[in-house]
This record gives sequence, structure tokens and C-alpha cells, in this order.
Amino acid sequence: MQALIDSHAPFRQFQPGTALPWLEARRAVGLARAERLGWPTTRLEPWKFTNLAKLSRMQFEPATPASANNFIDVLPTVVAQGNPASHRLVFVNGFWRSDLSSPGRLPGGVTLTGLAATLAGDPILAEAYLGQVALPDDHALAALNTAFLTDGPLLVIGEKVEVKNPIELIMISAGSADQPLIAHPRLIITAGPYSQATVIEHHISLGDHVMLSNAVTELSVGIGAELRHYKVQREHDNAFHLATTVGRLERAAVYEGFLLTLGARLSRNEVRLVLDGVDARARLSGAYLVENGRHADTTTLIEHAKPRGTSRQVFKGVIGGKSRGVFQGKIIVRPDAQKTEGYQLHRALLLTDDARIDAKPELEIYADDVKCSHGATAGDLDDDALFYLRARGIDRDGARALLIGAYVNEVLAEISDSTVQAYFENLAATRLGTDKE
Amino acid sequence: MLIISNLHASVGDKPILKGIDLTIRAGEVHAIMGPNGSGKSTLSYILAGREGYQVTEGSVTYHGRDLLAMPAEERAASGVFLAFQYPVEIPGVSNSTFLKTALNAVRRQRGEPELDAMQFLKLVRAKCRELGMTDEMLKRSVNVGFSGGEKKRNDILQMAVLDPKLAILDETDSGLDIDALRIVADGVNSLRGADRSMLVITHYQRLLSYIVPNHVHVLASGRIQRSGGKELALELEQRGYAEFDVNEAA
Repeated sequence: MQALIDSHAPFRQFQPGTALPWLEARRAVGLARAERLGWPTTRLEPWKFTNLAKLSRMQFEPATPASANNFIDVLPTVVAQGNPASHRLVFVNGFWRSDLSSPGRLPGGVTLTGLAATLAGDPILAEAYLGQVALPDDHALAALNTAFLTDGPLLVIGEKVEVKNPIELIMISAGSADQPLIAHPRLIITAGPYSQATVIEHHISLGDHVMLSNAVTELSVGIGAELRHYKVQREHDNAFHLATTVGRLERAAVYEGFLLTLGARLSRNEVRLVLDGVDARARLSGAYLVENGRHADTTTLIEHAKPRGTSRQVFKGVIGGKSRGVFQGKIIVRPDAQKTEGYQLHRALLLTDDARIDAKPELEIYADDVKCSHGATAGDLDDDALFYLRARGIDRDGARALLIGAYVNEVLAEISDSTVQAYFENLAATRLGTDKE
Repeated sequence: MLIISNLHASVGDKPILKGIDLTIRAGEVHAIMGPNGSGKSTLSYILAGREGYQVTEGSVTYHGRDLLAMPAEERAASGVFLAFQYPVEIPGVSNSTFLKTALNAVRRQRGEPELDAMQFLKLVRAKCRELGMTDEMLKRSVNVGFSGGEKKRNDILQMAVLDPKLAILDETDSGLDIDALRIVADGVNSLRGADRSMLVITHYQRLLSYIVPNHVHVLASGRIQRSGGKELALELEQRGYAEFDVNEAA
């Protein structure tokens, strides 16, 4: 960690808003906190199953704007490039590439831009939204992100605005041929009261340079707003992806999140949502497919703070040769949060004897009138189903592929947007097809 | 077409089949009747190629080939079809995807061109009509939420689509009321033909009133104890399996 801390001073020249006292104060706190906490170790309960020891010994340099000038022509998008309905922002190594971005014709009352540009050009706007959802104090990665805070997408949807087409945020890890890079993108997504929008995050790699993406996402879903937020991460095998998301839901807000993890050597999606208004509803689901010694960690914390909230979580993993999945799912129900309904399910499919899953569901309930349940299963493909398919002429590989595909599609059905669901199904099928064990 | 000769098989250390001899010619329908634990289901699984059974002695020849050397999918492609006692539920795989994948896998192995979506739909709709079924069940996940009767009819539809030469019906009557049984039996009967042989495995005679066999065999304690015509089934219905050495199998 010390090398990273030391790299901060020379990096300051690339940070916008160094004349803004509020921002500088937060960066200073972040830096001091990261230095004090150091890299998370497996001695910390939330990191018990994900070991960053190797990662912490690697010499990462902070990515600079100069590292982000790669030539890029084809982008992964749900809405085709060039389609006038496209709303797209592109970031490379955490830096906004306005030349590749096309915010498109957005309804009035929507801001979709880069954070660095906003800090430079409209710091009052940036201050209004940056940090509106509190990050946990004891979190070294979030603190590090704040210390190095430079750029990332800023999306604000005004009151009662409905954005019909999906807004796509494309985060590209390009790395550098010279040394391993670390980027600290900050993503801010704010859905104002009674607004409606769909946001898709694509996390991909360019080339195969070692790169660590230490992303922090702030989500705010206002009164009566509806936010659909889908993320697919398919970085290459030399990539490390550590993502921390904090979200706050106000009264009667509806949040639907989905995390599709297809790539990276080591990845972690840590999502903390607070249902901070009555009648808030959160759905958070995901699928992760790992093989070839990869590691995927999903850690969720759903906090019910106010009455009559509902949360639903469904996660599924497909774990192949010598790979490892981690699922830690926690639901907290505060004393005020009567009539809460919480549901959580995690299922892991272990394709080989070397595959490993560590699942830890937790309920912490301080209210007496609540309905909460959780379940976790792990196992191989069903022998009866395999034989049934083979007895109908489908060979072993074909039968396995069909069953694994069905297993994944079942959780992708949690996605209410049918276009995104089909897009994700296609990505998952491609991944499964090319990685038959 | 099928010659089973001195077939011995075990599960783990436990011998289940202890010398089965059975010859089925093209177009014949044979019934195997027997008490629980006699080895009926083991025989059907071994013929269909399920793993987990050790054949310790004997052979099975199918159209001149060593059936036991073939993996399950190859047996299916060469025309062996097992209608399951308990058809398996497969959530997330639609019936039509399943049927199309199976049919094209079989056609590929038979050296026939694969069917595209339109050709497949036409074929499967025609088969549904022949069997008096609606094609509504094609969109549903395989057997998920199906009644016992629907599951068995779904198996019969698969049989009609895959066009086997040897159909093994493993306790097709189990879990069916009399109306469902009649519908399933009608489906099976419509698929009888000079080129298609059937092996009907059942505990009870009642199925054989609807699917009338040419030959009836009594399987008990892992051996065929008696063989006869269709009248043997009626005799068993009246007298039960008590005269056969049932205990030995337990």
C-alpha cells in the first residue's frame, strides 16, 4: 500500500479540482485512511475468502490520461453504435473519452457527462452529487478511490424524467505495456424523484496488460423513482476488478440490479444498499462464470432501515476447473424496519472436483415483524437430467452445455428488461461455448 | 434385432441381473413383468446406457452390434429409446429446444441433414396432431409443472419425433389414472409397426390390456423365470408373483 500512497503526490497534477477545499479535504481523508488501513487481509471478516496478498505485492502505477489514448473503434453496446437512440459514455483506464462518447438526445433534466469535466467546469454540480451516498469508514479500497478521485461517469436524472433508452457506461481497462496500472473510476448515478431509467455498465479489456480497476459506484434512487442497473464485467485473464457500490433508496424507490461476471483473474462486486424510506423495493441478482483458476467474489449487504421494504436477491455461480466463487450475502433489518420482506438465494454449480465455493448468507434482524429467508446450495449437474438428455441422443458435452446454459438463463430471467436479458444471455452463452471443460 | 444373452449385472457389489436371455425380433412387442426389486428397471437402464451398472457376464447384440459398447447417445441415435418411469424435469430448457437439439443430434449421427427451426416446427406439430396433443407444451420447460400423465405423453412425443427401432417402456403405467393410461397407450399403439420393436416393462397387467404384447416374460430375482403369450399376463394378475422366488432378490 505504501507504494500506492507514495504515488499520490506525483499523481496530483492529473487530478481536477485541486483548488476545491471540500474535495481536497475528502481526498486527504481518503489517503490517510487508506494508509492507515492498508490492503484488506483475510483476517478481516468481509475479506475472509478473498485473498489480496499477491495483488498487494504487485507494483501498480496510477493510470494517467496519457495511458488512455488508445485507438478504439468497436464498442460493446446494447443499442448499436450510430443509432440515434444511443446514450453512451466511454472511459479508458478511468478517463473520459469524449471522442468515443455520444450522450445522444437525452430528455431535458438529464445530465450525462464526465466527472473530471464537471469538477473543472461546474464544481457546484459536482459537489451536489459527489459523495451524496456515504462510503463505509473502514474500507481501504473506497478510501483509496477517494484519494485518487479523478474521473468517471456522472449521471443525474431529474425529477419525473423518464429516459426511454438505456444509458450505457463503457469502462475499458486498457492497461499499459510498461507496467501494471491501477485506475480508480468513480461512477455516480442519481435517479431523481419519480424518474425512470435503465443504466448498463460494460466493463471490458483492451489487450492483455495487467490492470487493476478499483471502482466505486454511488447510487441514489429518489422518492418513487425506478432505476434498472445492469452490469457486465468481461475483462481479460490478467485483469483485477474490485468494485464497491453503495446505494441509497428513498421512499417507494425501486431498484433492480444485476451483476454478470464473466471475466477477470480476480473480481469482487461488493454492493451495499440501504432501503432508507418506507416501501422501498430492491432486487439485486447476478451470475458469475469462472474457470481456469479464476476467482469471483460477490458480497452484498442489504440494510432495511425503514418499514415495509422488500428485497430480493438471487445469485448463481458456475465454477469450473480450479476456480473459486465467493458469495457473502447479508441482510440487516433495523429496529424501525417493521414489515420488511427479505429473500436471498445463492446457488453454485461446481463443474469439477477442484472447483470451490465459499458461501456465507447472514441475517441480522432487530425488528420483530419481518419475513426474511435465505438459502444456499452447491452441487454438480443433475445426473438424472444428464442421462435423460443423453438417452435422447445428445452427447455428454452437448448435454452439459444445455444444462449449464439453462441454469444460468434461469437467473438471467430476473432481469426485467427483455433486451438486456437477451444480450446477457448471448454473452453468457458465448462464454460457456468457448470455455467448454 | 435385439439378442440379450446370459446377461449378469451388478450395482456396486450387489448382483441384480443373474443371467437374462431374451430375443426380440423386428415388429414384436415383448412384456417383462415382475415384482418390485426383480431387476426390471436395471435391465431398462442397462439397455439404454446409464452409467453406474457393471455388466459382469453376457452380452447384448442390437442389429448385429455390441450394444453395451455404445455410449447412451449413440444408442439413441441407432434407434434405442427409453421411455422413463419418472421423466426428468429440466428447468430452463424449453421442450422445443430439447426436442430440436435431440432430433438434430440424432440426425447428425445418422448422417441425415439437420432440420432448421421451420422444418422442425412443422414436423413436431404434425407429430402432436397424430398423438392428439396440443403444441402448447412445447414452450414450457421440459416436464416442469407437468402432471404425471403429461410427462408420460411428453416422452411418447419424443419417441414419435426420434422414430426409434426399439422402444423400451419402463413402468409407463406408474402414477397414471385409467384415463391417462389409455391416452398414453393409444399413443404407444399408434407407433407400433413392422419395423419397430417394443419392450414393455410393468408390474401390473392392466397396461397390457391396452398395449397387447406378443410375448410375456416373468422377471424375478434377476432371471426370466417363465415366458409365454399374452395370456400369461392375465394368469399373473390372478395368482401374483408368489410362486416365483422373490425373496432371493432382496
